[in-house]
Amino acid sequence: MALLRQAGRVAWKDLRVELRSKEIVMTMVFFATLLVVIYSFAFPASDIELVRGAVPGMLWVALAFTGTIALGRAFDRERENDTMRALLLSPVPRLAVFLGKAIAMTALILAVAVVCVPLLALWLNAPLFAHPGELALAVVLGAIGIAFIGSVFAATLLKVRSRDVLLPVILYPLLVPLFVAGTKATAALVAEPSNVELAWFWIRFLGIYDAVFLVLSLWTFESLVIE
Amino acid sequence: MKRLAVPILAALSAITLAVSIHYIFVKAPIQYTIMDGRLFQSSLFFNQKIFYFHVAQAFMLFAAVGLAGITSAIFLKTRNPKWDDIAAAAVDVAVLFGAVVLATGSIWAKAAWDVWWNWEPRLTMSLLLWLILVGYALVRKFAGPSADRVAAGMAIFGMVGVPFIYKMVGEDSHPPSGADGVVMNLGAEYKIAFLMSVIAFLLWFVTLTIMRVQTTRAEREARELRERGLDLGVLQ
Repeated sequence: MALLRQAGRVAWKDLRVELRSKEIVMTMVFFATLLVVIYSFAFPASDIELVRGAVPGMLWVALAFTGTIALGRAFDRERENDTMRALLLSPVPRLAVFLGKAIAMTALILAVAVVCVPLLALWLNAPLFAHPGELALAVVLGAIGIAFIGSVFAATLLKVRSRDVLLPVILYPLLVPLFVAGTKATAALVAEPSNVELAWFWIRFLGIYDAVFLVLSLWTFESLVIE
Repeated sequence: MKRLAVPILAALSAITLAVSIHYIFVKAPIQYTIMDGRLFQSSLFFNQKIFYFHVAQAFMLFAAVGLAGITSAIFLKTRNPKWDDIAAAAVDVAVLFGAVVLATGSIWAKAAWDVWWNWEPRLTMSLLLWLILVGYALVRKFAGPSADRVAAGMAIFGMVGVPFIYKMVGEDSHPPSGADGVVMNLGAEYKIAFLMSVIAFLLWFVTLTIMRVQTTRAEREARELRERGLDLGVLQ
């Protein structure tokens, strides 16, 4: 319980820094908006069948891209001010530091989704609000997966010179199962007629994937991030 | 003896490879089946020959990945860089064998399925595995001093993640493997050719791995010497 409280403190610290500067949220949201604009030109919104087929990919690609940007930036901030050391020296377990950072990252990715999903529905006529509850659940589970696995590697890459290019190189192959499950769940929800049962299968899959990698992240974080 | 290991192994693998090529293209009959007086639809004739290379290399791919996984785990446990050298070398060799497996598989697929690629579980999994291996090699090359930890993390996460994909995509249309798979049901003439090919590539795999371990170890030792020189103020 104490661990969760400490993690919450770290997460709140990260979010408060972000709320004051708004640097990551603003750039991420604007980037996601631009992505949706590009999608609208690339895929004609008038072709509803095409949009139905492509919109799951659009959503998850946007989450993947903005997620990597946010991860890189959030950990760069700690490096620039050399506050990572202070964070690691603070009298909380490293697990709490990791959990806190990953929770804050999840919140940032969700902030993008909150803007991205309505925009896709608005500009591309995508029927994303057919089953809002299931879609929200899938996106939340996806954001958790990206944030936790991403935080492990963003933290280990902190001292590496070419971390900006290496983060996606490492992350995307590892996240492929998550993206497959996420897009399949979304596709089942926006299809006509929608297949909620199939969507639930993939949402459960996302849940299992998250659980496995959550345990793995908590288990390896300490041995991977040694200052 | 140590000095001679690589040349001897290389010579042995060259000889066995030549022998296996003789068996594959001369001794093993061309594969086709006739049912009810008609050619059976899965008859591949000469195209079947690529099987001896594809499957043997796939075995070596898994051997290399297994070696890398085991040595990575031992490295994280003992922190002895000797094991890390072997892991790095095994991944480099695995990237090479993986590329060959994907290429030969594609050629076979064009002949058998009339498409170069098919998002079928085993193909998807092999591709993903190969992408993780390439990512691992890139990390090794560009991540600098903390590369060993990042790479070990990638190996562990990848090891857990890859099996996920197997249950996720499409129908299984790859020819079966394992206890009642293609290899176990081969006729005697095919089996000798196949065994020869496996032995040849196994020797080749061992040769490549030893050579690569020597290089990675030498690189690490040079790096450590340089660091020691810098610490002592001998080097600039």
